Amino acid sequence: MTDTASREHQRITVIAPPEGVLAIDFAELWSYRELLLLLIWRDATVRYKQSVVGIGWALIQPVMMMIIFTLVFGHFAGLPSEGVPYPVLALSALLPWNYFARSLSDSSNSLVGSSALVTKIYFPRVILPLSKVFSGLIDFAIAFVLLIAVMIWYRIAPSWRIITLPAFTAMAILVALAVGLWMTALNVRYRDVTFIVPFLVQLWMYASPVAYSTSIVPARWRWFYALNPLTGVIDGFRWALLGRTAPRLDTIAISLAIVVVIFFSGLYYFRRTERTFADII
Amino acid sequence: MTDRAITVEGLSKRYRLGQLHVNLLSEHLSNLFRGKNRTPPQEFWALQNVSFDLAEGEVLGIIGRNGAGKSTLLKILSRLTSPTRGRATVRGRLTSLLEVGTGFHPELTGRENVYLNATILGMRRREIDRKFDDIVAFSGVEGFIDTPVKRYSSGMYVRLAFAVAAHIEADILLVDEVLAVGDAEFQKRCLGKMSEVARGGRTVIFVSHNLLALRALCTRGLILDKGEVVLSGTAEEAVSAYELRNLGERGRSWNRPAEMPARDLAITEITSRLTGQQPNITLELDVTLVSSGEHKPAFIAVDVLEPGGTAILQAIPRLDGFIDAADRSHLVSVSIELPPLIPGEYLATVWVGSHNTQTLDEVREGVVFEITDSPTEGRTFPHTRDHGYVVPRSRVEKKR
Repeated sequence: MTDTASREHQRITVIAPPEGVLAIDFAELWSYRELLLLLIWRDATVRYKQSVVGIGWALIQPVMMMIIFTLVFGHFAGLPSEGVPYPVLALSALLPWNYFARSLSDSSNSLVGSSALVTKIYFPRVILPLSKVFSGLIDFAIAFVLLIAVMIWYRIAPSWRIITLPAFTAMAILVALAVGLWMTALNVRYRDVTFIVPFLVQLWMYASPVAYSTSIVPARWRWFYALNPLTGVIDGFRWALLGRTAPRLDTIAISLAIVVVIFFSGLYYFRRTERTFADII
Repeated sequence: MTDRAITVEGLSKRYRLGQLHVNLLSEHLSNLFRGKNRTPPQEFWALQNVSFDLAEGEVLGIIGRNGAGKSTLLKILSRLTSPTRGRATVRGRLTSLLEVGTGFHPELTGRENVYLNATILGMRRREIDRKFDDIVAFSGVEGFIDTPVKRYSSGMYVRLAFAVAAHIEADILLVDEVLAVGDAEFQKRCLGKMSEVARGGRTVIFVSHNLLALRALCTRGLILDKGEVVLSGTAEEAVSAYELRNLGERGRSWNRPAEMPARDLAITEITSRLTGQQPNITLELDVTLVSSGEHKPAFIAVDVLEPGGTAILQAIPRLDGFIDAADRSHLVSVSIELPPLIPGEYLATVWVGSHNTQTLDEVREGVVFEITDSPTEGRTFPHTRDHGYVVPRSRVEKKR
């Protein structure tokens, strides 16, 4: 027997019918950190190994969307752009949006897509959506480099506010994970969720200030608009990067509160259905 | 050390039929709106009040027919599903090997997959680093370790996957049928590795249909039937008792039970008899079949198995489809000239299909027959299975 095995020798696992509070066992989750890292690494490797364009894909998509938004919303529709060039306005929102959209669709398929794993080996299932939400950050980083290039092109210098960007990025991760947990668990039970998610993402984009600026939303509807947690995230991104209009604190607060509610309810639902995943999938 | 590695107390698992289905959200919602009252779900107990304990270093073999609850038990102990009642206490690191190569990705290289697979099986990076060379050497794919596994032959793939499994560090291993992989040569090495593991003081729970392997590897045995433990004892006791049970439930003939689902071509009756004397015994089977649907012309195959369920031989008297759907009802007589078999009971499986991959119906281990005499005239000392089931005709000549 090896050192590690004997060190963990006293570890006692009790297998019993589920009962009581279904809190996440963080100590256990921590002991599976290597698996989480490896799954993220696998996603990244496979993604960039498979396609010749590889990293190029992570660039082409935001570039195309930026161009289309600029043409359609900036030029044809003539929407206001808060005094920054429309491409920058669009790209600063596309960054968190694309990250969210991809993480959401990847994570909602994460369990069903890994059924071979889920039916054969135990690990905290939450690792699967978690790994998708983190591997999405790689594309995010690539798109970020693109944004820097575009900002340099338009000679826009970020201000001190950029130090708040990590906080808004963390919020974007949390939104993706929160909604992802719901969709992942629902997808195991109801297989048509696979078809609902792309539709949901599409609707959600128009309900978020991605292609336009929040300023076109009438003031009396702002609170309602803030119920969409991505509003807070995207407004935050624009402010941190371009710093024209400060996001309203109540918008951020409402968005945050909504995220927390979705996150914990999603976690609860996920944990509650988790133990039947291997039976159903 | 007499520490208990695993203690299982009154473990039960109930499944609700219909609950296991993948549903559509849209269906669920429309049912909700229509106020359709749902019929109470049917239940069945896949496992009932199973208790046993296993001391450190013991190797337990679990035997049982399909549907006896073996996989449910493994699933619960692997924490893939939770029990409805009872509890199990596991002391130490438990790794379950329900298949080999879990998580292998075709795009990744052999090296990358070794790390991925071993991590999924619960190994730490340091442990993998240390064992990596052994794993690769055992698998015999050294030259291709940096090639994506999608370029591997299926044999190489399985060998690499098994090599990882064989080097897993765990206090307790749950193993399900992974021995049934690879070519004969590799299977032998796997079996060798397994007995090495079993003798190495590791606690192992082993589920297999291969009674010979169970007998060779295990110290303890457990028979499951319909979710309940029917016997718990030494491996030898369990294997013998299982064989007896297996034979006791069968007769010389077989009739299709009413609850068996209908098929396009169904075997409805099998009768068997033996004719001739050792060593020239013929097994004659009359098989009645009914075509109730359309099917391609079918042919018949018969397997003869030893009591543990391992096939000894297969007879396919005709390779072309001769059972036509148009005829509706059929009576087929098969006669098989048996090789000189040692005395004992044997089972026969009857299969019909239109192609080797197209099974129309199969009656597994449907009839039993017994050979009473030795195939060698004048032999007075008994035959044992340890030397195989067939005593071929042989000659010897003393040259000097």
